[in-house]
Amino acid sequence: MTMLRGRGWITAIIMILLAVLPPIFVATGNAFWLDLATRLVILAIAAVSLNLILGYGGLVSFGHAALLGIGAYAVGIPAHHWLYGGGPEWLQTTSGWLQFPLAILAAALFALVTGAICLRTRGVYFIMITMAFAQMMYYLIVSIEEYGGDDGLVIDQRSELPFVDFSDPLQQYFFCFVSLVIVLLLVRMIVNSRFGMVLQGAKGNEERMRTLGYNVYAYRLTAYVISGAMCGFAGALLGNFTTFISPEMMDWQRSGELMFMVILGGASTTVGPVLGAVVFIVLEHLLSSLPEPLGVYWHLPFGLLLIIVVLFVRGGLTTLLTRRGDR
Amino acid sequence: MALLEIRNLNKSYGGIKATDDLSLTVEPGELHAIIGPNGAGKTTLISQLSGLARPDTGSILYKGRDISSGAAHRRAHLGIARSFQITSLIMEMTVADNVALALQAREGHSFRFIRPARKVRHLRDRALELLAQVGLEDKADRPTHALSHGEHRHMEIAIALAAEAELMLLDEPMAGLGTEESGQMVELLRGIKGRHAILLIEHDMDAVFALADRISVLVYGHIIATGSPDEIRGNEAVQHAYLGEE
Repeated sequence: MTMLRGRGWITAIIMILLAVLPPIFVATGNAFWLDLATRLVILAIAAVSLNLILGYGGLVSFGHAALLGIGAYAVGIPAHHWLYGGGPEWLQTTSGWLQFPLAILAAALFALVTGAICLRTRGVYFIMITMAFAQMMYYLIVSIEEYGGDDGLVIDQRSELPFVDFSDPLQQYFFCFVSLVIVLLLVRMIVNSRFGMVLQGAKGNEERMRTLGYNVYAYRLTAYVISGAMCGFAGALLGNFTTFISPEMMDWQRSGELMFMVILGGASTTVGPVLGAVVFIVLEHLLSSLPEPLGVYWHLPFGLLLIIVVLFVRGGLTTLLTRRGDR
Repeated sequence: MALLEIRNLNKSYGGIKATDDLSLTVEPGELHAIIGPNGAGKTTLISQLSGLARPDTGSILYKGRDISSGAAHRRAHLGIARSFQITSLIMEMTVADNVALALQAREGHSFRFIRPARKVRHLRDRALELLAQVGLEDKADRPTHALSHGEHRHMEIAIALAAEAELMLLDEPMAGLGTEESGQMVELLRGIKGRHAILLIEHDMDAVFALADRISVLVYGHIIATGSPDEIRGNEAVQHAYLGEE
């Protein structure tokens, strides 16, 4: 229980900072930092969704960026048809009421179809096949000329929802922030539920769970789809934020970054990936803006840091900050 | 009718016959022990019974129904529980969570996303009850990896009990236990015996002869004798093949 309380204060500090700092950035004219915070919060949602299957399910998916991309294109493609015509009529819209559900459903469907196949494999094969499916999505988008191919697609008009104006940076930020809070609460609820116990049990000992009578495959696939749906939602936010989407978003490097956030922050806690995203994004910015020549080679110290965390801080930064004598 | 009937079971790995034309029965409420030297194919047999390995030929009848090709998770729902030779618990979870998962498995599906599992009263209460039966109630909220090997074996029994199985497959529950711990385990099994049919695979001869209603002797995947403890003790073929070596 002390561990839980320990995580409690980390969650509180991170969430308070994320709620308080951005208005200060705006008030002091630091638009750049607000941008950084928005990107950070969106990627945190993606990382939290990945953590449901990676941290709690033990399923190392290397294709989560594809879901992010699918979500973003679910905003970009309707906006494109709305402006230039073409496509079915129902798709020609900038309404968030269509785009967000579309992003969630499309990502969930992709997760269902690919997960049904991927989850028949284990270990390294699982990693490789999730990555292969993501790369397939990447090449599919590259090949569609209408949506810009590998040049990408500009979103001329952001999603329209009655309660938020996405073109107002601070409103957009708080919409993303509230989304993050909701996703965190959802993941926490799922993890602690009976479903979550089965998922974690299967991670710890799959054979035991099967002999107890659990159809492990069905539970994992469900978790995979839930995770995919959440990541698709994050993708729709990302599309609105960048207003430019390209297949690059789905690249396996992106998937790797999401995985780093999860592992950096700590995979066995719900809030770990948020901490991971904060450290990842802020450090990426600080290191890359160092003076020459350090700034150019910022990947080097960054990579070293990741290696150190993975090697020496099992359980990630959350564990490091809450470590107690009894562990 | 026998609760479990194994008919002419065969299973080979490569050229090696791990199970060779094996037949036996377990009656309701009976404790049937299987003994045999190392490599006699005891664990292979249990794997086929619990559905983790598939026999090449022959059939396994449970309450008269052929179950030899069903998946492991289906078999559990029929009322067959297995404990593992190598401790097979979920080490990262607490002791009570391990037992609660076994209880939860009996309640149909677990696609229940909202209520926290640890706040589901009847699961928690029953888990603590079962842990009390095996003497682990005060360790309920410890992480499983923090318990001793002997305690892990007791947990295995609590989990097998949680399944309320009519047939329990116990794979070497005494493995790695000291004399005192073995004694405790014998007492524990004596308490369970009669309420559940048990197929017990065990190296510890004292335990087997103290507990079993019937004993089958397995050598090279084949059963060479079945009978009461006294009959087995007096059987010449058995003494030659197995007991004599000790």
